[in-house]
Amino acid sequence: MMASSYNAKDEDGHITVSGPGGSTLRSKKPENTAFKQQRLPAWQPILTAGTVLPAFFIIGLIFIPIGIGLYVTSNNIKEFEIDYTGVDMSSPCFNCSQNFSWNSTRPCTCTIPFYLEQPYESNVFMYYGLSNFYQNHRRYVKSRDDSQLNGDMDSLMRPSKECEPYAFHENKPIAPCGAIANSMFNDTLELFYNDPNGTKIPIPLTTTGIAWWTDKHVKFRNPGGNNPNLTAVFQGTTKPVNWRRPVYELDADPENDGFINEDFIVWMRTAALPTFRKLYRIIQKKNNIVPTLPRGNYTLEVVYNYPVRSFEGRKRMILSTISWMGGKNPFLGIAYITVGSVCFFLGVVLLIIHHKYGNRNNSADISN
Amino acid sequence: MDEGVKYGETELKMESVVTYVRRLLGREKKKEEERHLRANDRTFNGSFRYTNNAIKTSKYNIITFLPLNLFEQFTRLANAYFLFLFCLQLIPRVSSLSWFTTAVPLILVLSITGVKDASDDIKRHRSDKQVNNRKVDVLVDGQLKKEKWRNVQVGDIIKLENNQFVTADLLLLSSSEPLNLVYVETAELDGETNLKVKQALTVTGEMGNSTEVLGAFKGEVRCEPPNNRLDKFKGALTVDKQVYSLDNDKVLLRGCTLRNTEWCFGLVIFGGPDTKLMQNSGKTKFKRTSIDHLMNILVLCIFGFLATMCAILTVGNAVWEVKEGSVFTVFLPREDDTSAGLSSFLTFWSYVIVLNTVVPISLYVSVEFIRLGNSFFIDWDRKMYYPKNDTPAQARTTTLNEDLGRIKYIFSDKTGTLTQNIMVFNRCSINGKAFGELFDFSGQRVEITEVRKNTDPGFVPSSDTTLQSFMFQQGFSSSLVISGELHYQAQSPDEGALVTAARNFGFVFRSRTPETVTLMEMGRKVIYELVAVLDFNNVRKRMSVIVRSPDGKLLLLCKGADTIVYERLHPSCDNLMKVTTNHLNEYAGDGLRTLVLAYKDLDKSYLEEWKQRHHEACTAIDGREERLDELYEEIEKDLMLLGATAVEDKLQDGVPQTIEQLAKADIKIWVLTGDKQETAENIGYSCNMLREEMKDVFIVAANTADEVREELQNARRKMCPDAAETPHVTTSRAGLFWLQKTQTVQDEKVDGDYGLVINGHSLAFALEKDMRMELLRTACMCQTVICCRVTPLQKAQVVELVKKYKQAVTLAIGDGANDVSMIKAAHVGVGISGHEGMQAVISSDFSFAQFRYLQRLLLVHGRWSYLRMCKFLRYFFYKNFTFTFVHFWYAFFCGFSAQTVYDEWFITCYNLVYTALPVLGMSLFDQDVNDRWSFRYPQLYSPGQQNLYFNKKVFVRCMMHSWYSSLILFFIPWAAMHDTVRDDGKDIADYQSFALLAQTCLLVVVSVQLCLDTYYWTAVNQFFMWGSLAAYFAVSFTMYSNGMFLIFTSAFPFVGVARNSLNQPNVWLTIFLASLLCLLPVVAFRFILIQLRPTINDKLRHKVQMEALPAPAPRRPPPRRISTRRSGYAFSHAQGYGNLVTSKNFLRPLKKRTALFVQTDSPLAQNEPQHYRSIAEEPEGSQSP
Repeated sequence: MMASSYNAKDEDGHITVSGPGGSTLRSKKPENTAFKQQRLPAWQPILTAGTVLPAFFIIGLIFIPIGIGLYVTSNNIKEFEIDYTGVDMSSPCFNCSQNFSWNSTRPCTCTIPFYLEQPYESNVFMYYGLSNFYQNHRRYVKSRDDSQLNGDMDSLMRPSKECEPYAFHENKPIAPCGAIANSMFNDTLELFYNDPNGTKIPIPLTTTGIAWWTDKHVKFRNPGGNNPNLTAVFQGTTKPVNWRRPVYELDADPENDGFINEDFIVWMRTAALPTFRKLYRIIQKKNNIVPTLPRGNYTLEVVYNYPVRSFEGRKRMILSTISWMGGKNPFLGIAYITVGSVCFFLGVVLLIIHHKYGNRNNSADISN
Repeated sequence: MDEGVKYGETELKMESVVTYVRRLLGREKKKEEERHLRANDRTFNGSFRYTNNAIKTSKYNIITFLPLNLFEQFTRLANAYFLFLFCLQLIPRVSSLSWFTTAVPLILVLSITGVKDASDDIKRHRSDKQVNNRKVDVLVDGQLKKEKWRNVQVGDIIKLENNQFVTADLLLLSSSEPLNLVYVETAELDGETNLKVKQALTVTGEMGNSTEVLGAFKGEVRCEPPNNRLDKFKGALTVDKQVYSLDNDKVLLRGCTLRNTEWCFGLVIFGGPDTKLMQNSGKTKFKRTSIDHLMNILVLCIFGFLATMCAILTVGNAVWEVKEGSVFTVFLPREDDTSAGLSSFLTFWSYVIVLNTVVPISLYVSVEFIRLGNSFFIDWDRKMYYPKNDTPAQARTTTLNEDLGRIKYIFSDKTGTLTQNIMVFNRCSINGKAFGELFDFSGQRVEITEVRKNTDPGFVPSSDTTLQSFMFQQGFSSSLVISGELHYQAQSPDEGALVTAARNFGFVFRSRTPETVTLMEMGRKVIYELVAVLDFNNVRKRMSVIVRSPDGKLLLLCKGADTIVYERLHPSCDNLMKVTTNHLNEYAGDGLRTLVLAYKDLDKSYLEEWKQRHHEACTAIDGREERLDELYEEIEKDLMLLGATAVEDKLQDGVPQTIEQLAKADIKIWVLTGDKQETAENIGYSCNMLREEMKDVFIVAANTADEVREELQNARRKMCPDAAETPHVTTSRAGLFWLQKTQTVQDEKVDGDYGLVINGHSLAFALEKDMRMELLRTACMCQTVICCRVTPLQKAQVVELVKKYKQAVTLAIGDGANDVSMIKAAHVGVGISGHEGMQAVISSDFSFAQFRYLQRLLLVHGRWSYLRMCKFLRYFFYKNFTFTFVHFWYAFFCGFSAQTVYDEWFITCYNLVYTALPVLGMSLFDQDVNDRWSFRYPQLYSPGQQNLYFNKKVFVRCMMHSWYSSLILFFIPWAAMHDTVRDDGKDIADYQSFALLAQTCLLVVVSVQLCLDTYYWTAVNQFFMWGSLAAYFAVSFTMYSNGMFLIFTSAFPFVGVARNSLNQPNVWLTIFLASLLCLLPVVAFRFILIQLRPTINDKLRHKVQMEALPAPAPRRPPPRRISTRRSGYAFSHAQGYGNLVTSKNFLRPLKKRTALFVQTDSPLAQNEPQHYRSIAEEPEGSQSP
């Protein structure tokens, strides 16, 4: 028996209750709004064969082409990687990696020859890669002072406590302070093309344009405003312990010196994972006829400063072209193809299940 | 620590603190041993420091609010936990998150709860103030003065007037009524709406209303200390060195209302918090839902889980520190004096902070919000609004909503709950002719209203002489008090109905003196002389009057139960008897209360002789009762059958339908009533709980324990012969730390429907420890259980019994104060409001005006609330676990250093801003099917009873789901970003970009998951959903903007991240991939479930898509039952007013009442032998016609 027949008569119409004085009191009857009566118009989607199955097939059909596209794009990216850590005895850098001290005055240089099998057209990006380097360790990540790096004079002289133990050195504030800055990558990499006729042609490497615009122009600023005399600005501070040169001597170009040095900025953007690569230089494309890096023999000259052997780290040099989806990473393409196929397959399975069981169940009446 | 227990403990602690402070201030009084007070002597009474009449139910005042409320809030496990976290975060070495990530949510949560508590308390303050400021007349220095209630002191004499509330617990001194009687209505105290009589001592009653005498009254009272026993009072009054004992009959209790009494004076004995009313309403148990308990357990489990995760990560950290960290010191030196071991230890706590979101702080606040919202929906429901007395439904507690969706047992009161407590004369059979059934054109029965009867002379052909005498007999009623203009106040509502009906047919009962009864017969005034009243008692089940009509005819008029009267009929009535019996069966089948009427002409000489013997019997010392019975037996024979009446104990609208609906929802309904067995059975039949087609209805009405046991066992064996003799009890452990032992008696399967009726006397035995299992087993096998003649305490015991051994959610519904105990005992208490008594409503959790609203409350609101709450919890745990587990995976890539995956601001806002509203939207508006469908298919209710939507299994499933999602959410971005760069070769695999990617993926995934979970998409849901996502991007871009960075450099280091990574196609492709990978399995799994094992909900939702409105249920005409069952003389009638009525003392005005009044004890003493003090006793009795 439906009881709503009883409620129906209460449902609508306002009832005013007459008070004893003949005046009408405000009725306590709740308002008849869709919201209060929980009758808000609503869309009630349910998972039916009509919606789920097409969805799976459509997703499959969309994903597979995207995946193929991504995979092809990724495969078209040329990438060359060379590990110059010098772990092997045979490695040219073995010697350099063996005897290391931060303060050695005589830099150790090693030369690594390599052969590019394909010509690299368009711009080529030169990265250095580090492995097993925990730039994302909590203590490491927070060991910096953003105010100091933003040019705040106060923080320059009184670095934040977060920078400890690299905040002060011999009672002078360190600029830039903190473990991140202190451990800045300081190998120098130079690239030479060995012409078939035997000459070694240095390849021009662009040092700017490698950092984010926001980092270069917003996040990092030299103290003292536009004062070009950085030496004076950084007066009273000292260089980070591991550095060879103070921060105001990182580059001769005043636009790329001090805190706004792009190598420094790139380093300061800490990596998410312990294996990472960072943009080091850009090899600009010269013209449309000659490839940026033609096929042939090359030499990488490394001024070996940066110690990684102690923690079993690796150092790499990577040359890579890029595409609209960034660097070489086949994962997305493969993942899209896989997911698309799985979707398609699932769609078929669900279709079979629906065909076999679904109709029987849905048509079955609900017992009351 | 159980929350409920914790609250209790806190209260205890607080109480003792308050006591201690009081003692320090010297204000603490010793425990009262005896109350001693003197009337009109404030200085004397003042020395005892009795509390005055002010009551205080509020908890805080302005000064104590902050400390007390904060203290209370921090006794909550979750809040304390977050306070602890906050303190941890202040330790720089441990702190893996900035202080604000915990502080902001904590402050928000505390302030929301604080505001809610404050507003609750303000409400209490207001109601206190309103009550305390009521005015009453107090006698001060011999003068009546209006005083506020709160200023009334113990020992004051106050004057009450008709219809006033009794101010405090009073000793009745004198009243306007004869014999110093007062009539009070005790509805608020015990729920009984009939009037009670209280009588003052003669010595005080003599003072009348003379203020001088009363002002000079110096009586001293010594009595029991304040207690909560409503039915007992012990004390003594000393007046002029004479000691008079005081009992409950001389005391007016606060909460009563004075009726039919012009005025009375009383002496205040207990005031304010000492009154029995307040002492009774004191300790309310803090009710929590089973989901609350489950949640507490889960939270503890989560703590354990958290500790395990942290421990794993700590071990990981130790390994890392030894293997990698010690060599990585070149770039990341250890903080001074931190060894690897200490570092690991600190890491443990750092991870406690990072992973704290598994115990979400906003959980409790959100739960409160949802319950509050759902309570409002109950308040706002027009379909639970009763226009007749303008009463909307009310959710009085906002903590129990989801339990409404899980009710398995309903315990219902009868009077006022199932019935309207209105008796209506419905039908009659006169001389073999049936009257009173009216049908309208469509064959529907028409309610016979008074108006209709008056205007419809065709209803009863008034010329019939038999009928006249029939109606005439109706006009007699021995226990009527006429109040006002022909408004009868009968001792029993049945009689009221009969007399009122007679009046409407033209036989008006006008007035009565001890000797005469005046009737208006069809406009003609006739005075009958009342010769004798042969009173009712439970054995006789009938009552007779002997009257002499003006023309000298002597008549004995008898009415009573059919079986009893039939035995005494003259053989000549046999034919008529058969016809009448048919009618009776018909009436009884319709659940009407029937009564058979008969008469007899008496011979004058015989009567004289009989009266003589009667007089002797009355004055006899030995065996008076037996002799009287014999005499009555002798004269009440060879009666002539007049006919039968049927009085309807009017059910409330829709009660049978509601009960049917609830039964379909697999809810068992037990009726616990204080009424007589016959009445209760009757109602059982009329509201469809007991049915003719039931296999058997067992009636347990035994006098000894053994008999009760045997009857119960017999019933059980009959229903289920194969059941084991000893009940199958599953013992398990539950509760926090599994300290609680629970015993569950399994349900046993029975074929067919059975009913059980048990009376209070038997119930008392059955509730004994050794028999209650038997009772429970037998009762639970039956479809319907009716307990009659039960006391309030027994009601509560029955509820407790089921609660304890069935582990099911119980609901008690009632309207009177006698239901309070059961309302408080049950998981959910419902009060029927709109009647005079508010006591039940006050202690209830939900209240509405009509029983039929119960089905809406349960089947619609309860079901939705449960569904919503469960969905909320499932989703909430999912979203938080997913959020947290990603950190766990990241730990393996960041040297277990407690580095967070997300931006700190995201962590702060995730629960409070980005996901708060969408989930609230879902849990406030979601409905699987609308209310009409819910009504149409009550079986939708059963998942709640089995607790299918949220239990430990569901929780574990939730965790597995989160586990999977978090794997996807970490490793997809990880793989996609690994060694990847932007499309201009620059960095994108940096920590900040990765954080942004991970958090965006997470938010998209949980949002889409919410979409999948939502059944009911209103505009609000859409708005919240899209609004939150939009807010996320807006807030992200704002927080990562140049401006924010330049203003708060160190707080917003993520400058530019959003711009730099969200314009990369591969970032969006990754987000898309991660979302799909998280959701596709869910969709597929759900789809397969729907295909293979669709639940009733799935089927219905499918059906709803097809048809917009449910087809109306087939309308069955109410079955006409031809019943062989005969209702007894079902008067809810107490014996014993006969003597009072006919004693001359009763009638006012009385001049010399004390002289006439010889009895020293109460005239209402119930145990006195029932005898009629004949008029012949009186020397001046006028016996001649």
